[in-house]
Amino acid sequence: MAKIGIPRTLAYFSYYPFWETFFSQLGHEVVVSSPTSKAILDKGVKEAVNDACIPIKIYHGHVADLAGRVDFIFCPRMVSVRKYGDFGTETFCPKFLGLPDMVRLSMSELPPIIDVRVDLKQGRKAMDQVCQEIGRLLGNPEKEVESAQKKATAVQKKYDRLLQQEILPDEAMTMALTPGATPQSSQPVQPDLKIAVLGYPYTIYDHYLNVGLLSILRKENVKVYTQDMLRNKTMNKYGQTLPKNMFWYYSNRAVNATLYYLDRPDIDGIIHVTAFACGPDSMVDRLMEIETHRRSKLPFLSVAIDEHTAETGVRTRVEAFLDMLRYRRESL
Amino acid sequence: MKVSFPHMGYSPIAFKWLLENIGHECIMPPEPSKKTLDLGVRYSPEFACIPFKILTGTYLEVVEAGAELILTSGGMGPCRAGYYWVMHQYLLEELGKDVKVMAFELPLCDLKDFWKKLRYLRKTGGVSAKEFVEKVKITWEKIKAIDDLEIRSHELRPLETKRGETTRKLDLALDMVDQANTSEQIEDARQEGLKLLNAMTLDKSRNPLKVGIIGEIYVVLEPAANHYLQIMLGEMGVQTDRSIYLSSYTRKNTIVNLEGDIFKMAQPYLNEAPIGGHGVNSIGETVLYAKHGFDGVVQLAPFACIPEIVAKSIIPSVSRDLDIPVLTMFIDEQTGKAGVQTRLEAFVDLMEYKREKKFSKEESLVI
Ligand code: SF4
Ligand code: SF4
Repeated sequence: MAKIGIPRTLAYFSYYPFWETFFSQLGHEVVVSSPTSKAILDKGVKEAVNDACIPIKIYHGHVADLAGRVDFIFCPRMVSVRKYGDFGTETFCPKFLGLPDMVRLSMSELPPIIDVRVDLKQGRKAMDQVCQEIGRLLGNPEKEVESAQKKATAVQKKYDRLLQQEILPDEAMTMALTPGATPQSSQPVQPDLKIAVLGYPYTIYDHYLNVGLLSILRKENVKVYTQDMLRNKTMNKYGQTLPKNMFWYYSNRAVNATLYYLDRPDIDGIIHVTAFACGPDSMVDRLMEIETHRRSKLPFLSVAIDEHTAETGVRTRVEAFLDMLRYRRESL
Repeated sequence: MKVSFPHMGYSPIAFKWLLENIGHECIMPPEPSKKTLDLGVRYSPEFACIPFKILTGTYLEVVEAGAELILTSGGMGPCRAGYYWVMHQYLLEELGKDVKVMAFELPLCDLKDFWKKLRYLRKTGGVSAKEFVEKVKITWEKIKAIDDLEIRSHELRPLETKRGETTRKLDLALDMVDQANTSEQIEDARQEGLKLLNAMTLDKSRNPLKVGIIGEIYVVLEPAANHYLQIMLGEMGVQTDRSIYLSSYTRKNTIVNLEGDIFKMAQPYLNEAPIGGHGVNSIGETVLYAKHGFDGVVQLAPFACIPEIVAKSIIPSVSRDLDIPVLTMFIDEQTGKAGVQTRLEAFVDLMEYKREKKFSKEESLVI
């Protein structure tokens, strides 16, 4: 039995239920790093190359947080999860592609890293090999791995379904992983406003990083809609209305979901959460803004976050945005 | 039709010839200047990489000069460059400019689209298919000749005895290529040009430092974007070998092309390829230059360039293992010529010091 450390950021928000189940089914203990905090951020800033974007720095911080207390760090090389894009070459952002190497070479005194390569362009079947590879590394027999993978896939499906029911990840994760947990929605039942909050899962759902954006919205009785609540099919359909798709998985999801929400009459506004010094976002943000103005009359707010983002700053901007939305509704 | 394209090093000579010879009017893109950059910075997203901003500026300049069509390259990712044209089209439309940005995606990815666009160019220019192919071939000859001359200039500049002579001779040689209209004439111009360069008075007793230039394609290829770094180094007495030339994909004229698989070279350090742009290449090329006994490597990258950041986090290990100094320069709109110069001078000092130390060690071994 081994202790497997999983950093609580980047792909965590998308695939944690799968990996949690998979490893525990194999009899290993999963340790998740603590939620992002000042200490984690500071560690990350110290360890990572200084030109990296903030989410990558934070990732380094989470790895450091786990380093002393686990046997392995789980840092898969997320290459792609589907065949998509004009040439079928969509991948994760290049920084995801080089992540295990970056971590290994810029940090010292790390436990071994499990850096299996996840590339599902050729189909879901490739996942079997990924799982078997991990099994071999941890000394689990093939049969065991097979059944753990099956279980994990089921739990992940459940998680994805919960998201599609417009439940936010924090809660959906608890519900998917604890059988019998009762839904207790963090979303308002009778919202005053409905806002599409788009961006990368690790910028939207990390409370520390975006200085509590979601709780600000919750307090203001706003229901939040994200790209993770949509089916791929829906988003892809909207993706086809662009001259060309982007090359990055999370960016495509954010952009295509924006286009979808622009078409939904009940949505009051769009907020794009973007990371400072994020390469893809320099384009994603402008594209979203232009398309929002071309396709609708919806107000668009872009919230850029970096290591110095102050809570009051974001709060003031978001509150002003909400006031404007309410005012706008009254005058419509 | 009035057609233009991005400015990249000395290549406009060749592309201008092509456009004019297939029946279009060429709007010559100006060499990127302060004005280009200012325009670009003003109208591009704040965090766009510097090549994007320079191109935005260039496009606005050529539109001002009357361009109706801008030709550029596409790409299948995973980096931003392949999406440039889409964004540029959006931005130009938002500014109310009536111009079409046409990108040639790699024929490998979408052959039909590639032919369609070529056909469009040919038809609107009014030349026959046979003529068209002919002209494209000649253009290719021009590109190769231009690269050969430039490569030679970087070899000779550190040996020149009259400062600036190499640059002047290179300009003359490029003019001759510019005037040439047939494959024979191009070959003559190439020979004549090389002769011009070789005929300079050179100080062959010098043993110049050798530096490899690696990094992101645009800032490596466009001297105006890197503050004429190769010329600067040459005038400091350093010989440079550049990893990328426009014609280098098909030829064996640089160190990098001599060796087989650049991705393989990088593999011990970065076990994934490609990661977009020239990220993996940069790592592999550092290995290569070290193996070929170079004194150092300069990595040129746009500020916040995604793949080069990945490379940068890995290169220090390569540098340590193979004992080769690497200077990474991230370029943005604030980068000034003086800053580049100072950093290069310090780097040259470091390499000289290393060389001396090595020699004295070898000598003492002999005794
Ligand atoms: S998409 Fe942006 S924020 Fe995410 S890893 Fe890449 S550069 Fe960083
Ligand atoms: S390789 Fe670098 S400069 Fe080129 S598009 Fe990508 S991020 Fe921008």
